[in-house]
Amino acid sequence: MGKVFKYGENVNTDVIIPARYLVTSDPGELARHCMEDIDANFVAEARPGDIIAAGANFGCGSSREHAAAAIKASGVACVIAPSFARIFYRNAFNTGLPILESEEAAKAIDAGDEVEVDFETGAIYNRTKEETYKAEPFPPFISGLIEKGGLINYVKDKLIV
Amino acid sequence: MKPGMTMTQKILAAHAGLKTVRSGQFIEANLDIVLANDITGPPAVAEFGKMGAKSVFDANKIVLIPDHFAPNKDIKAAAQCKILREFARDQGITNYFEVGEMGIEHVLLPEKGLVSAGDAVIGADSHTCTYGALGAFATGVGSTDMAAGMATGKAWFKVPAAVKFELTGKPSKWVGGKDVILHIIGLIGVDGALYQSMEFVGDGVQNLSMDDRFTMANMAIEAGAKNGIFPVDDRTREYIRKHRNRNKALKKSVKAYNADENAVYSREIQIDLGKIRPAVAFPHLPENVKTIDEIDRISRIKIDQVVIGSCTNGRMEDMAVAAKILKGRKIAKGLRCIILPGTQQVYLDCVREGYAEIFVKAGAALSTPTCGPCLGGHMGVLAAGERAVSTTNRNFVGRMGHVDSEIYLAGPAVAAASALRGYIAGPEEF
Repeated sequence: MGKVFKYGENVNTDVIIPARYLVTSDPGELARHCMEDIDANFVAEARPGDIIAAGANFGCGSSREHAAAAIKASGVACVIAPSFARIFYRNAFNTGLPILESEEAAKAIDAGDEVEVDFETGAIYNRTKEETYKAEPFPPFISGLIEKGGLINYVKDKLIV
Repeated sequence: MKPGMTMTQKILAAHAGLKTVRSGQFIEANLDIVLANDITGPPAVAEFGKMGAKSVFDANKIVLIPDHFAPNKDIKAAAQCKILREFARDQGITNYFEVGEMGIEHVLLPEKGLVSAGDAVIGADSHTCTYGALGAFATGVGSTDMAAGMATGKAWFKVPAAVKFELTGKPSKWVGGKDVILHIIGLIGVDGALYQSMEFVGDGVQNLSMDDRFTMANMAIEAGAKNGIFPVDDRTREYIRKHRNRNKALKKSVKAYNADENAVYSREIQIDLGKIRPAVAFPHLPENVKTIDEIDRISRIKIDQVVIGSCTNGRMEDMAVAAKILKGRKIAKGLRCIILPGTQQVYLDCVREGYAEIFVKAGAALSTPTCGPCLGGHMGVLAAGERAVSTTNRNFVGRMGHVDSEIYLAGPAVAAASALRGYIAGPEEF
């Protein structure tokens, strides 16, 4: 369970992690500047298990995997949005940052709400508002990738064969 | 009858060894080129190691280019570039471009003949979609996907649906690919083609130069698209013939894929190129588009800096447009104008054509190729409260520097005219 940070539509990778910090790919170092261009308090306030809820097209812009890595290293347990930009969507799986697509949840959840997520069922429970929302199920191919432990393991298995 | 396939779907089917694919299907496709730069490459090198890979699938099909923070902007950037350089050397990667032969990746690859019509390309850079101008399927990915591509020569894709843009007419003088694509993004929004292909077809395509098409395909990502693509015509063939393959080990051929008559599109949009006006995207999204005529009615928007270059507008035609407007004139007092030819070849051509002299005499700074200012890296970072007109591709908050700076996206004609005036201005008065 975690506290929600709420953002609008089209949160882009330049504000998730500004390019001026891309001289490193160390997730811990990147996390120290995560979201700072749209939310100066995020770095100081984010606690392990917290959740980001945002509007459509989350993660648009550059292909930098550093964006997903920075959010994950900030301790964020899940990003919930009605839709994700496609490169960010891939990067989230590849870096192990859980994401859920749910228009209903993204609309209803407010900043500061206490929210719990069940990845098995896709149920999102808002403890503050006492409401439950449903996330879109992942396509079987993506679920398979997650079960394998991500793309690295998927490729590892292939290279051995 | 089975539904037909789009251009993109046909290329993906061919690379997956399938007769047909349909949108939403997951496939694994063989890759012709796998690309990375100095920001996305180093993490890819690390992931490549974690996968247990020893060597790349084909040393001729990997392209590594230090272009973002190169020439090295600081010690940390130098270390990133070094990782790329050493990996290229250790793996025997033939297409590694050092600073003296380099260019901005998406200007350089077509120029070096490393992408041909019908290819499937992934690049750890979101603007990899640029190569759709050549009738290739090309899309941006992250570093882990790039590492998997280097190790296996394959990538997984969800076959995209498509938005069809039926282009008619001919663009008027001073209207280029940038104005067309900004108009389109203004129309459909920054997620208007999310997860989809943008397929540009119709009689109007023949009236767009290759440089116009590169600019348009380049910004497909700015509408959320997976790729942008043009059909192959005589201009494409001529371009590919002129830019012969640098790497002889790569046997490149031209494979033209046309969409089936009964291909299914999620949306079809008509665009009359003749009606498009010089365009500017206002802060802080590429969809905030106004025509120059609308801006003329607003009070003067004073600017501090103009950037002409980037993977969007760093090609020879862009330089020619800028030179035409700047020739014999002076940049407004107190304004900084930075011009960055996209590659060493474009730079050399600017010298040969006399553009270099025009730019310097006008009071512009002429830089070696780099992505630098576009992403607020170096070579033109903005201070708080400053405004830039830029021929780059993103005007997000803080993209070119301080969070309180502003970016107005435009083509080279509006950018050059604005540099002379000191405020956002149209090219037609020159």
